[in-house]
Amino acid sequence: MATSIPARGAPGSKPGRRVPKAMSPGRQAWRSRLWRFDDKASPYAYIAPFFLVFGAFGLYPLLYTGWIALHRVEMISLDRTEWVGWENFSRILQDPEFWTTVGNTFVIGVISTVPQLLVALGLAHLLNYKLRASTFWRTVILTPYATSVASAALVFALVFRADGGLLNWALDFIGLGDTNWANGHWSSKIAISVIVIWRWTGYNALIYLAAMQAVPSDLYEAASLDGASRWQQFRNVTIPALRPTILFTIVISTIGSMQLFGEPLLLEGGTIGAQGGNEHQYETLSVYLYNYGWKLGHLGPAAAVAWAMLALLLLIAAINWLVGRSVRKTSA
Amino acid sequence: MTTTSPVTAPDHRQASRAAVPGTPSRRSRFKQGAGRQHHAGPFAYFALAVVGIGSLFPLYWTLVAASRTQDEVLDTTPPFVPGGNLFNNLEAAWEQAHLGKAIWNTLVVSASITAATLFFCTLAGYAFAKMRFKGRGALMTAVVATLTIPPQLSVVPLFMMMSDIGWGGQLESVIFPTLVSAFGVFFMRQYLSEALPYELIEAGKVDGANNLRVVWSIVLPVARPAMMVLGMLTFVQAWNDFFWPYLALNQENPTLQVALGQLSASYVPDQSIVMAGALISTLPLLVVFVVFGKRIVGGIMSGAVKG
Repeated sequence: MATSIPARGAPGSKPGRRVPKAMSPGRQAWRSRLWRFDDKASPYAYIAPFFLVFGAFGLYPLLYTGWIALHRVEMISLDRTEWVGWENFSRILQDPEFWTTVGNTFVIGVISTVPQLLVALGLAHLLNYKLRASTFWRTVILTPYATSVASAALVFALVFRADGGLLNWALDFIGLGDTNWANGHWSSKIAISVIVIWRWTGYNALIYLAAMQAVPSDLYEAASLDGASRWQQFRNVTIPALRPTILFTIVISTIGSMQLFGEPLLLEGGTIGAQGGNEHQYETLSVYLYNYGWKLGHLGPAAAVAWAMLALLLLIAAINWLVGRSVRKTSA
Repeated sequence: MTTTSPVTAPDHRQASRAAVPGTPSRRSRFKQGAGRQHHAGPFAYFALAVVGIGSLFPLYWTLVAASRTQDEVLDTTPPFVPGGNLFNNLEAAWEQAHLGKAIWNTLVVSASITAATLFFCTLAGYAFAKMRFKGRGALMTAVVATLTIPPQLSVVPLFMMMSDIGWGGQLESVIFPTLVSAFGVFFMRQYLSEALPYELIEAGKVDGANNLRVVWSIVLPVARPAMMVLGMLTFVQAWNDFFWPYLALNQENPTLQVALGQLSASYVPDQSIVMAGALISTLPLLVVFVVFGKRIVGGIMSGAVKG
């Protein structure tokens, strides 16, 4: 590409078809300068919208959040701000509810991500067989992905409902008695995780499937010629080849689980939902932020929660990185 | 697989070399990809059927619950087939949650976000894939890095900014922050760097086309299949977006998801009416899925391999 672009319209080069041959030197120079400007500026113009939108609605608010976190800002008077220093931070850090939500977010994150990715891996393995109607199966397992978080949470709210819930009916039917799912500390977190797992397993399975199909088949041939069983092939060929993809899905799922909002908000709905259960047993950080900022109307502490989330994300990223490094070391 | 393999060389590199001019059967296996040599057994179909039923049942039950009365839904023996109360529930949901307005708003929001995302992401993807400029690598890394920033971190000032410029509670406040997505830029870049040959761009330039002209007459036609997929993924995402719209919009001017959230948050929500709302908000996307499922699946998979 570099060979042809400078030649275009430049003096002495083969003129393009549409460039008139009899052109005054001045016009030709002007024209070639225009071309060069077009080539220099166009790429920046094409990528500018992304950076403008991100700057205005992503980066700027992100930094602005830090400023608000140091101020008193109320929902009822958004234009009045008052410097309070670290008060918002000390307020949330001393709030036991905050630490409950940190723990909840972490627990729900683990019990939704780990089973989800394991099942997705198994599913991808099944989908990787020679199947009848393979597109049908892929579409079916992806359907939950097309369901909104609100719809999914509301259906599962009915499934997990204490009185007249579908799951309790089924448990009762096989003689296991009923559980007040939303009230229990573990059962409510499991309920939230089930919604997450239901929505995202198929999506992750397709990502794994794509990665599996990109593994060169001669690797499997070599393995099977060496006498590796199917399980050994899966362990020693598929999994290592999928490692970058697995890492990618772990990162994406971790970031996603930090953001869980609709599921806990709508599991019981109303005021209880906005507090993440009557004992905050399934309240996540996002719900806490929403409750502080939008229900109670204190935007300063809500901004402090946002920055606490940023700190947690960086912490998780660091752990991810360390774990990833040690995994790489042990496998090398 | 070893039984049908005409090549018995133990070294896999030799095997692959032999496969290039190889027999048709070998070639077709290559095209199908790794691990697909084995036919699925009954266990695989059984497991897939279980997962498939698990995936579809909540959606089916949404329909069942939406077509019954709340008493029937919460009965000691819940119903498993649809009843005859669907239209009453739809009507009630329609009135209680401004669903007509919500559907229109959702269409406006999703369509504008999709159109803008396609336009801007194709341009940026093309620039990152095929144009040379200073800082290209670093800027692309920056684009991908923004994917890791959750929206939660900026909603408080975003809310203040929106009400400051008069977009508080307006659709603009939901549309503008998502006009262009990092995923879309990345997706289009991956596609165009493979699908668009440099020769084609050069040919256009030799013909005297300026850069915009090249985009219009050469890049866009090549990018169309990927734009279709990105368009559907973006539309689904915009249609289903919940967190920011729920904070930014209010009861009078909601999107479908916001209306649904508020319907369920009412004082004593009627569950079958809530499910009717859920049905309305899900059905359009399910139709899209049935029609374009294959393409969406392919899009997610093609985006994944290169990611």
